[in-house]
Amino acid sequence: MQQHIVSPEVHEHHTQEQESLKTAGFWLFLVSDTLLFGTLFATYVVLVGHTNGGPSGKELFEIPGFVASTFLLLTSSFTSGLAVLQMQAKKLSGMIFWLIMTLLLGAAFLYLEVTEFVNLVHEGANIGTSAFLSAFFTLVGTHGIHVTVGIFWCIGLIFQLRKHGITTVTKRKISNFSLYWHFLDVIWIFLFSVVYLMGVM
Amino acid sequence: MKNSHKWLWGLGIALAIAAVAIVVVWSGSLMVLDPKGPVAEIQKNLIWISVILCAVIIVPVLGIFAFIIVRYRDKPDNKAPYEPNWSHSTKLEAIWWGIPIVIVVLLGYFTVRDTYKLVKPPAETAHVAPVTIQVTSMDWKWLFQYPDQDIATINYINIPENTPIQFVLTSSAAMNSFWIPQLGGQTYAMPGMAMRMWLQADETGEYFGSGANFTGTDFAKMNFTVKSMSQDDFNDWVSKSQQETAKLDNAAYNKLSVKGTADIQTFGSMDPNLFNSIVIKNGGHHHPANGLDIRGAYPVKDGSNESSGSEPDAANQTSGLSQPEMNH
Amino acid sequence: MLDSIKDFAADFFVTGDPLIYGADVSIALVSIAIVFVLTYFKKWKWLWREWLTTVDHKKIGIMYLIASLLMLFRGGVDALLMRTQLALPNVEFLQADHYNAIFTTHGTIMILFMAMPMMFALFNMVVPLQIGARDVAFPFLNALSFWLFLMGAMLLNVSFVIGGSPDAGWLSYPPLSELSGSPGVGQDFYIWGIQISGIGSLATGINFIVTILKMRAPGMKLMKMPLFSWSVLSACITILFAFPILTITLALLFLDRYFGAHFFTLDGGGMSMMYVNLIWMWGHPEVYIVVLPAFGIFSEIVATFSKKTIFGYKSMVFAMMVISVLSFFTWVHHFFTMGSSADVNSFFAITTMAIAIPTGVKVFNWLFTMFRGRISFQSPMLWTMGFIPCFLVGGATGVMLAVAPADFQYHNSYFLIAHFHQVLIGGVVFGYLAGIYYWWPKLFGFKLDEKRGRWAFWTWNIGFYVCFFPQYFLGLDGMTRRVYTYGWDRGWAALNFTSTIGAFMMGIGFLFQVWQIAYSVRKGERATGDAWGGNGRTLEWSIPSPPPVYNFAVVPQVKHADDWFHVKEDKAKGIERPKQQLEPIHMPKNSAIPFVMASFFFLVGFGFTFHWTWMIIVGALGVFGSLFARSFSYDVDYYIPVDEVIETERKLGRSY
Repeated sequence: MQQHIVSPEVHEHHTQEQESLKTAGFWLFLVSDTLLFGTLFATYVVLVGHTNGGPSGKELFEIPGFVASTFLLLTSSFTSGLAVLQMQAKKLSGMIFWLIMTLLLGAAFLYLEVTEFVNLVHEGANIGTSAFLSAFFTLVGTHGIHVTVGIFWCIGLIFQLRKHGITTVTKRKISNFSLYWHFLDVIWIFLFSVVYLMGVM
Repeated sequence: MKNSHKWLWGLGIALAIAAVAIVVVWSGSLMVLDPKGPVAEIQKNLIWISVILCAVIIVPVLGIFAFIIVRYRDKPDNKAPYEPNWSHSTKLEAIWWGIPIVIVVLLGYFTVRDTYKLVKPPAETAHVAPVTIQVTSMDWKWLFQYPDQDIATINYINIPENTPIQFVLTSSAAMNSFWIPQLGGQTYAMPGMAMRMWLQADETGEYFGSGANFTGTDFAKMNFTVKSMSQDDFNDWVSKSQQETAKLDNAAYNKLSVKGTADIQTFGSMDPNLFNSIVIKNGGHHHPANGLDIRGAYPVKDGSNESSGSEPDAANQTSGLSQPEMNH
Repeated sequence: MLDSIKDFAADFFVTGDPLIYGADVSIALVSIAIVFVLTYFKKWKWLWREWLTTVDHKKIGIMYLIASLLMLFRGGVDALLMRTQLALPNVEFLQADHYNAIFTTHGTIMILFMAMPMMFALFNMVVPLQIGARDVAFPFLNALSFWLFLMGAMLLNVSFVIGGSPDAGWLSYPPLSELSGSPGVGQDFYIWGIQISGIGSLATGINFIVTILKMRAPGMKLMKMPLFSWSVLSACITILFAFPILTITLALLFLDRYFGAHFFTLDGGGMSMMYVNLIWMWGHPEVYIVVLPAFGIFSEIVATFSKKTIFGYKSMVFAMMVISVLSFFTWVHHFFTMGSSADVNSFFAITTMAIAIPTGVKVFNWLFTMFRGRISFQSPMLWTMGFIPCFLVGGATGVMLAVAPADFQYHNSYFLIAHFHQVLIGGVVFGYLAGIYYWWPKLFGFKLDEKRGRWAFWTWNIGFYVCFFPQYFLGLDGMTRRVYTYGWDRGWAALNFTSTIGAFMMGIGFLFQVWQIAYSVRKGERATGDAWGGNGRTLEWSIPSPPPVYNFAVVPQVKHADDWFHVKEDKAKGIERPKQQLEPIHMPKNSAIPFVMASFFFLVGFGFTFHWTWMIIVGALGVFGSLFARSFSYDVDYYIPVDEVIETERKLGRSY
């Protein structure tokens, strides 16, 4: 249908315009997501002392666990960057490889997080134990949900890449995904410092 | 402009002035504008200052507005100037950025001055030992405790005139706001918090008090009366009340905690730890020094009297309440 | 079995109040009537293709408009019920809990489900036309925003026949709104209704920022952009920063209620004060979000109906941006009485007063736009003229409220009620109504009848003052908000009775408007492209009324602020802009996904409200499925060929 009416060049021009809008919109979404996490961080900082006689971060957080998580997530951020490099070099299979690496690392990160949560609950430290733990589970959990969404998103994108190859549209999608993934990485660095490091100190 | 127009304008302005004058005089009888204590007095004065400062802008602007919509109507024979492209004047815009700034600076000065003034107990009666009343907002009644007199009341308080009253406010359920308009503005009564607030009545009389922050079903029934009386009458009332057999202990408190309204009531004695336990139970904190962590206004003789920084603190001595932390 | 169904129904449906039974019956009848009409006239397909799946910003704007007017009606009925109850002391018309539910839904609906959608209606109806664009940046997302809003609104609205309405106040402070204070489902309806529509609001904010920043017609520099679009930009930036805070605040309250967390509870170390802080960190900017576009509307109308360029354009832009930033630094003035230190209260008192400065500057600029102009008083201008004195007085009482020590006497009293109704009705509602009157002919192709409009204007306006002026004095006489009754001994009867009369006058004003619309649909004057006597100044008046689906046959090349005015002026001097070549027009395809996805969101909300896990799972799977369906669809646009554009324009009386 489009081919009857406009030339592929014109259509490509329109597509590029559309895609640049979407990238701009995605940046704004990240701004709002930053605010979202900012509010959660503020809540956490206010409530961190409200342990209600229950355990504090010092008693609960295990250093090897959160250091390993950090390592996994930082590496996955790196591999997602490699995927984008492959995309710019127009190497589809290399790109898909690094995306798969990214989501495997992401899944490993999630596995550690879920294990940590399960252990905490077994130790009797759940979301209803104290205001501090409510804030902890919510803040870390919200980040975890973001990672989960990112993993499913990435899987969807890999299928789209296999079907459509590297096009203006898939390029934009992968760039945005990578942006999102780096963003989660930055959030994690704050989580790592504010929640875990300051918690065990 | 024709003479008949001038005449109409004159009449309109005269009527407006007359209406405003009537409203101003009449509003003097409204509770907030008819203060009976120093706190409400300061607030009333501040209200009138802000009314006047706002009027300084509003009235001329309304005048200009009326003038413009009459003079620049789109009718064929209108001889007023028409400048469709006149859209900027640095001088004019500087003026109307400037005027509101001046007004805000002025009003800001009075606001800040009185904000600091009101966190201290009334200066005029600094030599008088204050009466402390612990206030608990419950579903849906007010519990008042007089720790120094060892009595408690429901839904009414009696106070001696010309004496600073130190209210310490909390809530056992929803957040409320404690308000006696003729004595002074309100302060929140919040669960897990103890808030200090100073009021004083300058003359004897009966004043209306209420909760001002919505607390649920029977919020509208949370009114109480404040009776200000001479010191002698107050003493009589206290000793008479102390004869009452009802005691405010945990059992009585639990009975009060059942949701519902209540009639006025007097307890001849009370559990001295009850108030603190209500605050702590709902998330309040012990102050490291001793007793409760109280927020809000200063305790008596703090700050208002430069020379007495080290003197013993009357309020703390009498009721075992500690210094508030001023920087949170 | 039968008994358990009975028990369930008794729990599920609100029972025991004849008013509610009446509402049940009328809702059932209206629903049946709608289904019947749609079936009888074979309109289902039309409804689906033209409306439910549309991504056209104009149609979405119209749907927002209809929804917001319905919500205005609902919120207005709430208001009249309250005023009836308060007309005299000791009236036994409403029970305490019923009254509490009504003032809660009144506030929630008026701000979130009336003002917000009416604002979005105007965004959608006007912004793309005004900046010379063919649609918004993300038409699909735009449709999704609308359906999320509508589903959120429906969720809140079903609460009053199913399960019970929220009754903890429109901002529902904990611990009252926690399970300990509000064990029913009303509060969950509240959380999910707002949460779902809130996602839509945030998306709309992002959508219009990108639209305005990236899709202006070539040559329209930011400082040549019409002031309404500027106001939308400033409001959307404010949305972007404020709404995430609301999302989190309500999410935390939800976690408290659903999973037993302790953010704001009495026990477990919760801190209810934090909720109050958070909700107002959103709530105060929210007030400016809704009023900023009204400022933009007035700027357009004053210039058009004074036949004069807006005065102090740069000041106006600067003032709006200052307001947008300052609005984030005033939230504590909603609780000066919370016992913060004198330093904190002083700071927030000053910032609050400071926000009056740019606002005051805007009023001066409007006045001096009219000064040495030629003012005509058609409906849009009439409402603008109603706005100026009303907002001046409302603004002044706002400054009075900012005086922290005096606020201890106004707080939570009817003085406060009078103040915020004066700025929200006098500022926001009058502004939006002015905007609706102004752009109505553009969107619908006919004008609203002036005569009936005048009746509506005067009853609304006089009713407003009769209703709210007494309330200032009631506040000063110690009457607190949210009391469902009071005694004769208080001496409040006369003022309250007067206030009730005013409220009913505003109700009559609304009925006049309904009549006005019904009358104008049949007898309204046809509108030309430049509908207001050829005095339009901005691009939307350069195209036909109503505009074709693609808005602009060719994208205009902009040279000046108020470009359309200059085009006309040049034409009068004999200077014509060169004609541009027609090209095929790139358009987004309709999609059913927004409607479907929002419906699944409704299921999620409803499931959480009633703790029905199966429904939450179905809903969540539907939401994710919809996201994937959208992500995997690549055939999302089409082109309108040149011939078709020429034909459409010819029918609209324009040749190319």
